[in-house]
Amino acid sequence: MEIDFNKILFAIIGLMIVLNWGLLMSSIMRKIGARVAGRHGIPLFQPWIDLVKNYAIRSQITHGVMFYLGPVFRLSGGVGLFLFMPMVFGSDLWINFSFKGDIVLILYFQFFGMLGMALGAGEGGQPHSFIGISRGLSQFTAIEVPMTLAVISLAVQYQTLSISDIVAAQQGGFMHWTIMTNPFASVAAMLSLLGAFGHSPFNLVKAPNEIPIGPPTEYHGTYLGVLRTNAAILHVVEAVLFMNLFFGGAGSWLELMVKSFLIYFWSVFVGMVFPRFRIEQSVVWFLKVPLILGIIAIILL
Amino acid sequence: MIDDKLNNKQIEDVSKFFAPENKKRNVETPDGQIIEVNPLTDYFSEARPKVHEPNSSKVVEKFLNWARAESLWVLGFGTGCGSIEIPPLLTPRFDAFRFGVQMRPTPRQSNVIIISGYLAVKTLKRVIRSYEQMQNPKYVLALGSCTINGGMYYDSYNTINRLDKYIPVDVYVAGCMPRPEALLAGFMKLKELIKAGKAENANKYVENFDEYKANQKKIINDWNMPDYNW
Repeated sequence: MEIDFNKILFAIIGLMIVLNWGLLMSSIMRKIGARVAGRHGIPLFQPWIDLVKNYAIRSQITHGVMFYLGPVFRLSGGVGLFLFMPMVFGSDLWINFSFKGDIVLILYFQFFGMLGMALGAGEGGQPHSFIGISRGLSQFTAIEVPMTLAVISLAVQYQTLSISDIVAAQQGGFMHWTIMTNPFASVAAMLSLLGAFGHSPFNLVKAPNEIPIGPPTEYHGTYLGVLRTNAAILHVVEAVLFMNLFFGGAGSWLELMVKSFLIYFWSVFVGMVFPRFRIEQSVVWFLKVPLILGIIAIILL
Repeated sequence: MIDDKLNNKQIEDVSKFFAPENKKRNVETPDGQIIEVNPLTDYFSEARPKVHEPNSSKVVEKFLNWARAESLWVLGFGTGCGSIEIPPLLTPRFDAFRFGVQMRPTPRQSNVIIISGYLAVKTLKRVIRSYEQMQNPKYVLALGSCTINGGMYYDSYNTINRLDKYIPVDVYVAGCMPRPEALLAGFMKLKELIKAGKAENANKYVENFDEYKANQKKIINDWNMPDYNW
């Protein structure tokens, strides 16, 4: 097999763009949240400072090997998602390592990081971590059902498992986007996206103020830095996944930023309006509204 | 730890404060062996804390100190009446987020602990546990007169008078009670100290570990935890 160094170089540059855009996006969202509350909010560059601060903590403690590997698994989940995601449609260099059938791998990678984190945080031994893990896994399992139904519906609609092909099929104006051609699957997936981003009403996994912050309770310093790096990457890549599947992909980085911002803003907007669900409410909700929409999307095919 | 240093009678005295799961006991394993379990030595690390020197490069350390000063994560821990002065910091009127001050719910991720007012002996124990679980570098901000000389509780039977006998303090904010503006000013002072590289009290605590422990144990009679809470 031939190694394409050009592609590796562009993947690294793309990762840097995604990381910085993710950090900027999170600080803009927090600023919007602050404005809603009538505050000035954090400085725009606060996430970068927090990252440097976290990496600069001098002492770290460990609870065992899995405790080390938890954030590493989480980060490889996020970076893996990025590596197999076509970022810019029509470009040879920005489609990363996507291939025919990449959507199956991406659905798997979404779960991979969570499982690694569950093992790592479990070794921390904090009771709050266990509560967060059990909540996170049960909620994510409930999210996966409508999400997978929507993806199956798309795969049947476009007769392909490749994200690039799905994007290609949506070109030619917004009337060709999946949100127009297959609204039930799109709405089911957009509702499950609310849970995937973990903002209110589905933020009971990390539930600040209640179970300190769930799985990462014991993580500090560099561990937390790795987790935050991953969160920035993951938010953008998940938004890009939904952009590719339902909103016609992006022709340039600028279009990608605008669309991923709006998709991320959708979850923040809902979070501003609705208070937090309890776990049994959120699981039941996912198995009611989005699941029924997903089943309708399958039946209508 | 306690078992090594104290004689049998003292162990009996101390262990009456233990929770049932922390008492020394014999346990039968699934294959019929009897083993002795002593949670205090088996479950907890007995290692002493270490001094963590600043980065050898002055330029790098200056940059890192700037980042530490601009990103102060405060442990959500309230003692005494001053804890009511902290929530207003996050409201539109004072908005401490502007200065990089954010609240964290867990000591592992926090850099600053605010001792907000009088400190009962019972709470001191929790403060020590939380303070020791924070990672180096860590800062202590003492709020109100009670932390300086006992304030209006100077002759109380169960509050401490001088906080810096028990944990090293970076910044005092005097007053009874100081308003949130004063607390913000305290944060600004703390930032100055960190940027100047003068906030190395986490290392000071380790260097004078025995002295601090002696002071703590003098006042906490039911000392039923390891010497250092990792």
